[in-house]
Amino acid sequence: MIGIEHYLVVSAILFVLGVLGIFLNRKNVIVTLMAIELILLGVNINLVAFSAFLGDLTGQVFAMFVLTVAAGEAAVGLAILVIYFRGRGTIAVDDVDRLKG
Amino acid sequence: MSYATSLYLTGAEIGLSLTGLVLLLAAAWGGQRSARLITILTVAALFGAVAFSVNLLGMAGNEAAGDAFGGLYRADAFGSYAKILIYLASIACLIVTPRYFAQQAAYRPEYPVLMLFNAVGMGMMVSATDLMTLYIGLEMSSLSSYVLASFLKQDIRSSEAGLKYFVLGALASGILLYGMSLVYGFAGTTSYEGIRAAFAGQFPMGALFGVVFMLAGLAFKVSAVPFHMWTPDVYEGAPTPATAFFASAPKVAAMSMLVRVAMDPFAGQSASWQQIVIFAALASIVVGALGAIGQQNLKRLLAYSSINNVGFILIGLAAATPEGVAGLMIYLTIYVAMTLGSFVGLLMLRDPMGRPLETFADISGLSTTRPVLAWCLLALMFSLAGIPPLFGFWGKFVVFQAAVQADMIALAAIGIAASVIGAFYYLKFIKVMFFDEATREVEKESPVGHWAVLGICTLIISPLGFLLTKPLGEIAERAAASFAFAM
Repeated sequence: MIGIEHYLVVSAILFVLGVLGIFLNRKNVIVTLMAIELILLGVNINLVAFSAFLGDLTGQVFAMFVLTVAAGEAAVGLAILVIYFRGRGTIAVDDVDRLKG
Repeated sequence: MSYATSLYLTGAEIGLSLTGLVLLLAAAWGGQRSARLITILTVAALFGAVAFSVNLLGMAGNEAAGDAFGGLYRADAFGSYAKILIYLASIACLIVTPRYFAQQAAYRPEYPVLMLFNAVGMGMMVSATDLMTLYIGLEMSSLSSYVLASFLKQDIRSSEAGLKYFVLGALASGILLYGMSLVYGFAGTTSYEGIRAAFAGQFPMGALFGVVFMLAGLAFKVSAVPFHMWTPDVYEGAPTPATAFFASAPKVAAMSMLVRVAMDPFAGQSASWQQIVIFAALASIVVGALGAIGQQNLKRLLAYSSINNVGFILIGLAAATPEGVAGLMIYLTIYVAMTLGSFVGLLMLRDPMGRPLETFADISGLSTTRPVLAWCLLALMFSLAGIPPLFGFWGKFVVFQAAVQADMIALAAIGIAASVIGAFYYLKFIKVMFFDEATREVEKESPVGHWAVLGICTLIISPLGFLLTKPLGEIAERAAASFAFAM
């Protein structure tokens, strides 16, 4: 029998993988964008699981909002990445180091 | 609550978003030439929103609350006060923007439109009484901020600032959302009132995790330590008018949102979040003071100064009393004047070719080359350091007073001690301006708009500002009365 806690564990794993993906990834900013999507998907699983468990629709509405915003976020992120690449000619995470102090 | 009332209460946001849509079309149609006209129209729309919020603030009595759209949004004295500050700060930033980009011929009509949508998002954040409204408002403001940070496309530092801001901002939104999903799961609702009712009896462990995650996400948005690492980089890389904006309006919005979250849904759990806020406050004050010491770039220095100030503001929240919230709002008002003044002063520093100057070497001997500007900056720096005859002192005084009244004497004592460290780099700023040899040629003239904003900010923080203590205190008290303090 699959209960609510199984969903919560999956979503927690996805969330942690996403956060680790942002901090451990040293190669490519695109991977960072994917890690961000992973975090948002973890959140969505949480919301939908709670929604089904509680018999309350709010969570699913919230999940739709998150999906929509995530699409906008990805668009903005990729656009910034494109102008960054035009200027620098690289998208390696280790090369994002012009600003420090 | 009828639909018409809902539309009326959200009038400022609706008006601004409709104007934004129309101006976006006009921008697409008019192209680069229309940039100036669209800036003027945006400023006019924001003035309209200020007038609307002032009107709403005048109407909201002691009851102060008008819920719109079934409890998703609340128009009260607190929200109106924060919104007036936000819109005025956005106007000030817009006035000084076009000239900065003129030198690179990089000004585009999209800039004011993005500011407008940012203002809509910030207004929603401040008035949100539901986790969903909060999230949408926050993202609306953040997404346009990322674009504003990377607006100077040909400058590699600007796009790097945008990239860093985006990645860390998206991570913070993710953390905040994860916290919200846990809170929703344990409370069974996303409305603030529902959450408060659900946690009135018992407070499950999972919900505590949710609150901690939410606080972490919100601390990022106000750039409180330990989630401050993006601030210096973004402030240095972003175009200076955008930096001035990030340091003022979004900070007011995020801080007000944090106050509402702490004081409305989680008012009964103040013991749980107070420790976190106290830690963040002290860490921000210390890191903001120490981090600024070695900096050469003035924008970076002001970034650390804003981290430092966030610490003082959080002391008001840590007190968790009506006096604390009122003190926090007063501090925010003075902080906005000080920050805007310093950044506008920075914007007025240009070499004879019109290139922006932004390091310590560039301001040496400014008192001989630009005496009026140097004296204004002197007043602003002394005010940021909290030295008495200037109004910045009053802001620090009210938050520390609130902390002492809430029996947090240790917190106040450490805060005051650490503010002395911060005085070091403000004094260094003054020393370089007044006692070093002038080495750099600077532009002697500045446009009227810059002088107007700098003049108003300097006037507010000057000793004349103390005339404002009474009206400001009354409005702040009414704003604080918007929350029912369940102790």
